[in-house]
Amino acid sequence: MYPQNFRYTKEHEWVRVDGDVGTMGITDHAQQELGDIVFVDLPKVGTRVAQGASAGSVESVKAVSDIYAPVSGEVTEINPILADAPEKLNADPHGEAWLFKIRLSVPAEVAKLLSADEYQKYIEAEK
Amino acid sequence: MAAASALRATPLNPVHRALGAKLVDFGGWEMPVQYSGIIEEHQTVRRAVGLFDVSHMGEIEIRGPEAGQLADFVATNYAEKLKIGQAHYSGLLYSHGGFVDDILVHKVTEDHYFLCVNASNQEKDFAHIRDLNRFDARVELVSERYVQLAIQGPKGPATLQKLTPVDLSKIRYYWFTDGAVAGRPARIAHTGYTGEDGFEIYIAPEEAERMWNELLAAGAEFGIKPCGLGARNTLRLEAAMALYGHEIDASISPLEAGLDWIVKFDKGDFVGREALVRSRDSGVKRQLLGFEMRARGIARDGYEVYLDGAPAGWVTSGSPSPTLNKNIGLCYLPAGRAETGRTIQIMIRNQPVDAITVETPFYKRAK
Repeated sequence: MYPQNFRYTKEHEWVRVDGDVGTMGITDHAQQELGDIVFVDLPKVGTRVAQGASAGSVESVKAVSDIYAPVSGEVTEINPILADAPEKLNADPHGEAWLFKIRLSVPAEVAKLLSADEYQKYIEAEK
Repeated sequence: MAAASALRATPLNPVHRALGAKLVDFGGWEMPVQYSGIIEEHQTVRRAVGLFDVSHMGEIEIRGPEAGQLADFVATNYAEKLKIGQAHYSGLLYSHGGFVDDILVHKVTEDHYFLCVNASNQEKDFAHIRDLNRFDARVELVSERYVQLAIQGPKGPATLQKLTPVDLSKIRYYWFTDGAVAGRPARIAHTGYTGEDGFEIYIAPEEAERMWNELLAAGAEFGIKPCGLGARNTLRLEAAMALYGHEIDASISPLEAGLDWIVKFDKGDFVGREALVRSRDSGVKRQLLGFEMRARGIARDGYEVYLDGAPAGWVTSGSPSPTLNKNIGLCYLPAGRAETGRTIQIMIRNQPVDAITVETPFYKRAK
């Protein structure tokens, strides 16, 4: 369920790092908790985000939730499909519905994030 | 996630769990917010039929020779004018004119009224009515004796009809009858909180699980689905029905909430009447109004509303509307400036986002 090559936050984001760029999204657990996602508000390309700070939001029918940047850096790309198809976040949160890419400014931050096994244990304990 | 131990649960709680519902704390009750998904459940009610467990709602009975007089003293609508077997929407008010609760009043017999009240208000409502009782009437909180199920949607009547000998086509809207459903006693009311056709039934708790399953089986040919409070909220919002704690509360009067029609000034004295007369004569300060978002963004309750660049009111409820595919909401604005067709701004996460005030209800079913 939770890819081994991703790292995870306790706020239910994931990040996959390739070289100095991290691709981030929300976890399957997060989309399940939110329910039908109807709106995604992403940072603009070029925005500088800080690890753990709010960088956007995801809205379901019921509520709005912050998206926190899993790592610090500059936003280099946002996923263009989500503006018209936010429901893809419910269908494929770890794949097609990634949210945005960040050029890492502090690569050492990645090590502070949870592994897939640690995240799995964390959400089970939360239930 | 809230700790489940402190929450109250309906007799159907294990059934909801078995169906994989997502359970949430709703005013102290652990209730299903959704089963398959809010949008899908919402559309099922608009197009076919949905089944809701609304057993968290409270029931209060007023009985005795002066039951009608007590009902008319504590509530704003004219209870004694109801015919036997008829129900109406009404308000319990404080003497300052704010809402204790909004309720449904059913006239069972001349000396027996049956009130359906909000879950988290039931103890407060009961104490309120009991304390005002200077009539030859008895007030009793009887919520434990009832499970309430709502069968809502265009196929709601056909679903329920399969399980009852009562001719449902003879029960007009906001009328009810005591009959049998699936061979068991049931109060069958042609009422609802979805803006769609349908019924609400009151049954004994022991019957809950069997009745739930019988209703799902009866509605299977129509595509019935169990529906949670998430869909119930989007459905009622499209129909612009008030929800206690959002559109109405102790600080809001029925005149402000656009509920003038449940206030019968001519019926004699009632709690809150004086305050409402004063407010009516001097003009209300604020009014509830519907709006649609014009720019991207979803208004949520509590968000500030700006008019001509200055804060002027607040959002009481806001949501995407699955039927209309728009983002809608209700808000309070100063009465003199509360007309439809006006551009307003909703402060969404510190950004003003354009919306326009519109007529309500947002959705009205074809008759």
